[in-house]
Amino acid sequence: MSAQGVGAALPRREDDRFLRGRGRYVADIAMAGMREVAFLRSPVAHGVVRGLRAPQGAMVFTMADLDGVQPIRAPSALPGFRRTDQWPLATDRVRQVGEPIAMVVAATRAEAEDILDAIALDIEELPPATDMLAHRAGPPIHEGWPDNVVLHSLVEDDLSAVQAPIVVRRRLRTARQHMAPLEGRGVVARWDTRLSQLEMHTSSQMVHVTKTGLAECLGLQESQVRIISPDVGGGFGYKGILLQEEVAIGWLARRLGGTPLRWIEDRREGLAGQANCREHHYDITVHADHDGTILALDCEAHVDVGAYSAYPFSACLEGAQIGSILPGPYVVPRYRCRTWSVATNKPPILPYRGVARTGVCYALETTLDAVARAGGLDPIAVRLRNLPGPADMPYTNITKKIFDSGDYPEALRRAADAMDRDGFAQRQRAARDKGRLLGQGFAIFCEQGAHGTSVYHGWGIPFVPGAEPCQARLTPDGGLELRVGVHSHGQGMETTLAQVAHEILGVPVERVQLIHGDTALTPYSTGTWGSRCAVMAGGAVAEACTELRERLLPIGQHLLQAPDAVFEAGAVRAGNASVSVAEMARTFHRAPQNLTEAMQARGLECTAGHKTARDTGTFSYAAHAVEVEVDPATGHVDLLRYVIVEDGGVLLNPLVADGQVLGGTAQGIGTALFEEMPYDAAGQPLASTFADYMLPGASDVPDIEILHMETPSPISRFGQKGIGESGAIGPPAAIVNAINDAIAHLGREVTDIPATPERVLAALS
Amino acid sequence: MKPVAFEHATAATLDEARTLLAAGAKPLAGGQSLGPMLNLRLVRPERVVDIKRLPGLRGFTESATHLTLGAATTHAEIEDGRVPDVTNGLMRHVAQGIAYRAVRNRGTLGGSLAHADPAADWPSVMAALGATLLTSDGRRIPADGFLRAPFTTALDAGEIVTAVEIPRLPPGARWGYCKINRKIGEFAKAIGIATPGRLLAGAVEGPPTLLDRVEDIPARLPWLDPAAQRLAAIAVTRAQAMRDA
Repeated sequence: MSAQGVGAALPRREDDRFLRGRGRYVADIAMAGMREVAFLRSPVAHGVVRGLRAPQGAMVFTMADLDGVQPIRAPSALPGFRRTDQWPLATDRVRQVGEPIAMVVAATRAEAEDILDAIALDIEELPPATDMLAHRAGPPIHEGWPDNVVLHSLVEDDLSAVQAPIVVRRRLRTARQHMAPLEGRGVVARWDTRLSQLEMHTSSQMVHVTKTGLAECLGLQESQVRIISPDVGGGFGYKGILLQEEVAIGWLARRLGGTPLRWIEDRREGLAGQANCREHHYDITVHADHDGTILALDCEAHVDVGAYSAYPFSACLEGAQIGSILPGPYVVPRYRCRTWSVATNKPPILPYRGVARTGVCYALETTLDAVARAGGLDPIAVRLRNLPGPADMPYTNITKKIFDSGDYPEALRRAADAMDRDGFAQRQRAARDKGRLLGQGFAIFCEQGAHGTSVYHGWGIPFVPGAEPCQARLTPDGGLELRVGVHSHGQGMETTLAQVAHEILGVPVERVQLIHGDTALTPYSTGTWGSRCAVMAGGAVAEACTELRERLLPIGQHLLQAPDAVFEAGAVRAGNASVSVAEMARTFHRAPQNLTEAMQARGLECTAGHKTARDTGTFSYAAHAVEVEVDPATGHVDLLRYVIVEDGGVLLNPLVADGQVLGGTAQGIGTALFEEMPYDAAGQPLASTFADYMLPGASDVPDIEILHMETPSPISRFGQKGIGESGAIGPPAAIVNAINDAIAHLGREVTDIPATPERVLAALS
Repeated sequence: MKPVAFEHATAATLDEARTLLAAGAKPLAGGQSLGPMLNLRLVRPERVVDIKRLPGLRGFTESATHLTLGAATTHAEIEDGRVPDVTNGLMRHVAQGIAYRAVRNRGTLGGSLAHADPAADWPSVMAALGATLLTSDGRRIPADGFLRAPFTTALDAGEIVTAVEIPRLPPGARWGYCKINRKIGEFAKAIGIATPGRLLAGAVEGPPTLLDRVEDIPARLPWLDPAAQRLAAIAVTRAQAMRDA
């Protein structure tokens, strides 16, 4: 391993500007003559807009003004999926609090809000659907629908013959959450009259998909739309969504013909009307043998998908994913799962780091612990009995997921060893004698990442990933430009992708420039989502650099007059003689007379595409282990120790991988203990500031110990696996298992998350 | 989330501030409560008067029996020991648990008292310490009783807190402080304070309440629901245990 190549623990190059506050985000962009946009939003969850009266002279636009603009449509081809039309501004019905009704323009945001204050809005309220179970059958919130079911998915099996000595059934709920990247959404847009092009700066993790969706809604050719996403302060899925605000502002920018427009989402807009995620309900039954061997898994799951199908992932994603991934990392011989994705008068549910995996892992892993308790078994032993072993790899599970490689039992054993199970049992008993409640909990899961064409083709949603492209260019002075269609919103790709290039070409990392986040400068890609960049963009950079290396080799051989010279460590070498990449690049660009005609014809600039050897995805996996203390008086849960055994295959950069795992775990702790976006019966969000929406703080995240295993993936370029979402998946399951372990002797259990002090006290009383 | 347009005035003297306040201006010190309320348009003042640099509101004086802190003393100044401590560490302990550092850098003792959020720390602490608030109208108002109801104080219209007179705890006197909240820095769900000879329940959706015994909570705080009464009892019991440990 070289000091800068694949596997090197290089500090992130981008951190210097981030830590000095010199990152450049959408809100940092100012343009001469820029005006501010603000949105009049529905104050009710469900209603019909009867009219609005704007103050004289104010610039106010409604959907009636937006001629030629199409609604955002994110259908799925899954059978029975019901399509929704999400208009950029409401036509007549509003179906969630916060839904944009009108758009106003003023010199400052404050003045725009003054205009919003002065608009008289006439809305006739309709009864809202707010609970996915109670309102599944209706009344329907979309005209012409028989009920509120967006999608009903079935994995059928006849389980009537299953005879299991242990049958454990649980009803579990995961709260609706809000994604809270440090930077919210934001847009700065103008119509470029010279290029006849909409130039939109927007905080996006998927610029090309946004461009396609926006062009379709606005009736523009894709060449008439340029999307630029500068530094992005966290995405987590929210920044992949095409927003109504982007469509409305895109229309207005063209209409105003050159005036730059800006809308920066504020926290209240974000909390009260956007970026919702995660709300699931499970009715899950595990049938197991005396020794804990799973005989069958049976589940009915509901997902509250909110009012609309968000572009591009669609409202099908969570529900259908539950059906396909509920069996988790285990060998499950019989499986039945029925899911209902239910439309309600809440914001659309969006894919958040981990997507359905966090809920699925919570449901299965807490129920498996209940199986262990019911059978008087050790929860580690139950899991070990059901995990596929290393000899079973690659293992095709019951839903045809192909686990590519790994030693799942070993990960769990290492986690258990780290937690000192025997010593803990003694400490737990001693603590109980003093009235203190200690518990340990475990969870193990696998994460499919970088899954490609064959998987997404099946969903039939607006995009399907193909080969991931990278354009690589050598500059005359020997620098390397990498142009990629993915975008870094915290992944450290300016470092890791440069390391990949260094691995292939030997160009120093300092001389590698990553260009991303601009549709005009980068090749078309579906972007950053699905834990895919290390594998897909990493692979693409390797392909493009390999192609460059093949083009350089004859140049070097020619310059050295050594036909058997080889490419090695950043130079073409023959014996003691060598010619560096920089020299070859300089010769090609500035002294082509020294090369043959054939060498001059092929540029030192190439675009290559990458697919993994099999496009069903890499499967990283992890075991989370946690020790908690539950305060029986207040219900407060203290995380005393947190250990993660993570196998992300070959790590491009262990520091970056650790950062991903730590950040995700902090978010998972939020899901487990803190974060909840409650709605009242009228569909009003009850948390519109961070005083009410509780995020974990630095003091709530313990020192997390990460133990790595590195089982190479057989399908990726370097053996790397996607782990970007992993950290956010395991914590709710592991933490609630620990809480339940702490209170099991009282015959109590927590079933719903977040496990707030109130919920823990309710479980105890 | 931008405020309505308002005029901003900086008062050079207390008299100047009093004139502006009498005309209806809102006083702005650290702005850690008023700022968000302005942004949420919960308050829409025509004029805001900046009082945080008023000479009379800064600094401190010490006597044999008391410490008098200017009302514009920040939480961070207390936390860092940049003003004397006469409470054997209680006030420094409390200050470091208020919100987070950026808020503590700007938020002020007097502002927190005058804002009168029952879930804030200082109204309870000052009541427990038997402090006295000095005002721009020359009044001396005992901290116990200053907070009349949530966000309602004994101040008259246009009157501001200028200083807080804090009695010295005897050397070696112990105290206990228990704040129950979801996470460090959040507003309290319950506060229990035990000083020599005194018990207090705070963050009780009303005035911080001195108690003779923990058992008095249901009778003294009848407006709280049983769960909140229970939490108050836990906080006071734990504070008592901390003091007596």
